[in-house]
Amino acid sequence: MSVTVRIPTILRTYTGGQAEVAAEGATLGEVIADLEKNHTGIAARVLDDQGKLRRFVNVYVNDDDVRFEQGLKTATPDGAGVSIIPAVAGG
Amino acid sequence: MAVQTVASTTDSTVDLGPAAALSCRECGHRVPLGPVFACEECFGPLEIAYDFSAYDTEELRKRIEAGPANIWRYAPLLPVPADVATKPNINPGWTQLVKADNLARELGVDAGKLFIKDDSGNPTHSFKDRVVAQALEAARAFGFTTLSCSSTGNLAGAVGAAAARAGFRSCVFIPHDLEQGKVVMAAVYGGELVGIQGNYDDVNRFCSELIGDPAGEGWGFVNVNLRPYYAEGSKTLAYEICEQLGWRLPDQIVVPIASGSQLTKIDKGLQELIKLGLVEDKPYKIFGAQAEGCSPVSTAYKAGHDVVRPQKPDTIAKSLAIGNPADGPYVLDIARRTGGAVEDVNDEQVVDAIKILARTEGIFAETAGGVTVGVAKKLIENGVLDPSLTTVVLNTGDGLKTLDAVAGTGLTATIRPSLDSFREAGLV
Repeated sequence: MSVTVRIPTILRTYTGGQAEVAAEGATLGEVIADLEKNHTGIAARVLDDQGKLRRFVNVYVNDDDVRFEQGLKTATPDGAGVSIIPAVAGG
Repeated sequence: MAVQTVASTTDSTVDLGPAAALSCRECGHRVPLGPVFACEECFGPLEIAYDFSAYDTEELRKRIEAGPANIWRYAPLLPVPADVATKPNINPGWTQLVKADNLARELGVDAGKLFIKDDSGNPTHSFKDRVVAQALEAARAFGFTTLSCSSTGNLAGAVGAAAARAGFRSCVFIPHDLEQGKVVMAAVYGGELVGIQGNYDDVNRFCSELIGDPAGEGWGFVNVNLRPYYAEGSKTLAYEICEQLGWRLPDQIVVPIASGSQLTKIDKGLQELIKLGLVEDKPYKIFGAQAEGCSPVSTAYKAGHDVVRPQKPDTIAKSLAIGNPADGPYVLDIARRTGGAVEDVNDEQVVDAIKILARTEGIFAETAGGVTVGVAKKLIENGVLDPSLTTVVLNTGDGLKTLDAVAGTGLTATIRPSLDSFREAGLV
C-alpha cells in the first residue's frame, strides 16, 4: 500500500525539507517503519522508548485520529493521506 | 551608553523582558525564544523559562502595586518588554474578584469565603483577552503582521479585537456551527472569519497543517506557533486573585478545563508567587471542571489514569469542547499533587448553575462559568470542597455569548399597561 505522509516542520530535517513524502505499509506501524528506512531517525521522534506513539504526537489517517481507531495498527489503504501533527492546546 | 535589555542568561536576542528561553516541559530541551511550540526532540510542549534572579521581593511588590489596572502591572513576570503598557494592545485584566456571599449561602459555604473571579469584564468579555494580549506582544517581537487562531469562539473575538487595535490583519478559524453570538462577536472586528466543517479538534488540526505550509508563512497563530507566549497570559489570573485577596493564596480554586492550559498556568503563577516570596507558602487545592459531554480529563481522573483518552464533544459548553486536551495529563498531575479533583456536570446542571449565579450575584456567566459553578456546587455537596476555606471559582466569559443556553428564560408575565392588570397578574 502506498500512502502520502505529511511531515510537520520540526521533522523536516529528516526528509530534506520535504513537507510530504511517500511511504509503503498496510498499517500505520508499517508506514512509520518504512519512513525510518528512508529517513533514518524519524521513527524515534514519533515513537517513544516502548514503541508507542508519543503523548504529544497526533496522527491522522485521512480524516481519522488514529487514537479513535487502532493506533499503530490502523489500516492505511492505498492512496491514503497520513498526517503527523504536534499536539497543540487552545480554545 | 548601550543598555543590555536582555538578561545575560538568555539564549535569545529578542527582548521579551524576563523570558530567557523556551524549555520543553517533557524533556527539558532548551531552545532560543522564537515562534515555535513543540520540542524538536520529543514533541513536548515548549514553555517560557524566565530569569527572575534580579528581583527583590518588596521592590517587586511595590512595582506591581504601582502598575496599571490591567495585566501589564505584572509585566516583570511576563514574556513582554518592559515598556509593554505603551504599545497598542487591548490591555485586559484586573477584573473583579467578587465576594459571593449570596451564592455562598445558597451553596452552604461559610460567609466571606467564596469568591467569583469574573473575567467577563475583559475587553471582549472572556479571559481570552489575557492570552491574546501576550501573543500579540510575541507576534510584534517576531515581526508577524497577521494574527490567527483556531477557536471555539471566544478566542476568535479576542484575536479580532487585538489585531484591530494593533493594526494587524486577522484571519481566524472556527467550527462552522458555533453559537451565533460568538460568530457576530468575532466577525464585527472586521478580520476574516472562516468556518471549518468540523469540531474544534478538526479546526486545530487544520491550523497545525496550515502552519507548516507556505500558505501560512509569516502568520502568528496565537494558540499554535505563539502558544508558549499566549499560554502565559493565564498566569495573570493567579497573580490577580492573590493580590486581590491581599497577597494571599486561596485555599481552593475551581478552574474550567478545555485544553487544560489555563489550569496549568494558574498553578505555575501560584508557584511563581510563592518562589518570589510575594505570598506565604501554604497548601492550595486546584479543582478542574468539565462538562459531562466533553469530559476526557474528568473521566481519566476518576479512573485513576495518567493519560487522557480523547472524546468526541457533545455539550452546550462549546468553549470547553476540546475532546483531545493537550494539557490534560498535566491537569491530572496538578489536581492530584495539590489534593484537588476533576469533576464534571451535565448540560442541565450547567444551565441551573448559570441561573443560580445570575440570581444570587448578578453575574451572567457563559456556559463555561456554569460548568465551574456547577462543579463547585457538586463538589460541596459531595464533601470534596471544604466550605470553611477560602474558595475562588472562575467565570471565564460573559453570558451574552451563549444566550441560547438560557433561551427558555423570559417574561414573568405580559400585562396591559394598567395597574389593575398588574395587580391581576399577582405582581404586587
